[in-house]
Amino acid sequence: MIQTRHLTVAAGTFRLADVSFTVPTGAYCVLMGRSGSGKTTLLEALCGLRQVLRGEIWIGGREVTHARPRDRGIGLAPQDGALFTHMTVRDHLEFALRIRRASRRECEERVEELAELLHIGDLLSRRPFGLSGGETQRVALGRALSFRPHCLCIDEPLSALDDETRHEMIRLLKRIQQETGVTVLHVTHNRREASALADILLRIDGGGIHEIDDSEAKPDDLEPFSLGELHHAK
Amino acid sequence: MGSFPVEKNGAGPTTPANPQRRDATGARRTRVYWGDLSFYLCLGVLAATYVGLVLAMLAADFFYAMQEPGPVFSKLWTPEIRYAAWLSLISSTITTVLALWVATPIGYLMSRRDFSGKTFVDGILDIPIFLPPLVVGLSLLILFRKTPLAHIDNYFEIALHVPAVIIAQFAVAAAFAVRTLRQAFDEITPRCEQVALTLGCTRSQAFWRVVLPEARRGMLTAATLCWARALGEFGPVLVFAGSTRRRTEVLPVSVHMELSIGNLEGALGVSLLMVVIALFVLFTARYLGGVEQVAEGYVP
Repeated sequence: MIQTRHLTVAAGTFRLADVSFTVPTGAYCVLMGRSGSGKTTLLEALCGLRQVLRGEIWIGGREVTHARPRDRGIGLAPQDGALFTHMTVRDHLEFALRIRRASRRECEERVEELAELLHIGDLLSRRPFGLSGGETQRVALGRALSFRPHCLCIDEPLSALDDETRHEMIRLLKRIQQETGVTVLHVTHNRREASALADILLRIDGGGIHEIDDSEAKPDDLEPFSLGELHHAK
Repeated sequence: MGSFPVEKNGAGPTTPANPQRRDATGARRTRVYWGDLSFYLCLGVLAATYVGLVLAMLAADFFYAMQEPGPVFSKLWTPEIRYAAWLSLISSTITTVLALWVATPIGYLMSRRDFSGKTFVDGILDIPIFLPPLVVGLSLLILFRKTPLAHIDNYFEIALHVPAVIIAQFAVAAAFAVRTLRQAFDEITPRCEQVALTLGCTRSQAFWRVVLPEARRGMLTAATLCWARALGEFGPVLVFAGSTRRRTEVLPVSVHMELSIGNLEGALGVSLLMVVIALFVLFTARYLGGVEQVAEGYVP
């Protein structure tokens, strides 16, 4: 479960004030909002990467408002993947386990599980250079899931992908959530993505946050159609 | 200024809507814009002037040395110059290790953290670069001879001894290392570090396991620059360490000493030795950087 109670976070002159919401355990929550509305700021606050001015954050039934990022049990998959250029894909999947001093056997088993789940078995010996956008996101997801976190925070993972890869990734994300049961908070400004994935849909605007129905999503939430989508529409 | 399309082989004029056209064989030809061509020509001429100057300097040294190889290279086998060469190599290496040891945390802090007085500290870090080298040497000499640090100097024999060579080289070279490493850390997205923190790292683990390996090419550049600076450091070494033969004489000091007695050939021989050493280090660093780049693509 992810819960915030009257959370106030500042990023420079921007301020996100009195934010309260709950994502039940195992739910897939999509957080929507326009660019600059504070989606990433909220995600960073949840992960412990941005200082909280007021309010509380609860993750998996524990209050973690001022806990260190490592103690929160949140896996983060950022927008650009932020893969480590000096590591192979296998190293990425093992990284969190090695930090936790897992045995070699445990590491190998977990890498196999994740490689199968994410279809990245043939990428294990490669480094990030040259991976496609979809492959990069799969590796970033695998790295974030490797230590079996309570929650998975995903920041606009599909924004830079072509239509076909985007549809594949949507199916993959849904499958990951169903197979692992992890609570997901997925940030996007794409309504189609949100409709396809969300159990809960939140919209952030004007420094606040509220739950909406799929039908309530404003046209503002729509990102411009890609060329591929325009062709389909025609 | 307008630019004019070039028409060749009767393939017809090009238009803005038709930037490429086909020649008689059917192959695509790219349109040539004279405005762009003259722009790149100007840049090329300016670049060639400087590149030419650098090559001409080196060529002049080598051609002059080839005319009188005996007096030029015989000097290199004297015990004094061999001592100076070894001292230069060893002191430059020690200086580089020390400078990286200090410059890495400074560069990281300056890149990642904001604190009051940061602009002031930033300015202080640049002082050794902008200060005249002789002034750096003089300041070190006064610090170790005319302040309470003189007690340390009396006990450990620093000024006018080998440690002074390393300290003088370090004082200047470290500033270059700080600047290079700060830039290297600036180029690494903080997101990598943040992800490492969420994966279970402490700040220290994120630094050692993620940030530092990500900055490896910057560190290689900093080390090369630092080593080359230390090898060529002359002013501070001369003032702070002196120029005692077979004690504090490093290669740049040897050049100075040979010139001061009018031995141009001897000075040239030592200079060429430094050129060869510097080029060897430069190309080794470039090669290692290239190997690393290739390795980033695929690990067999």
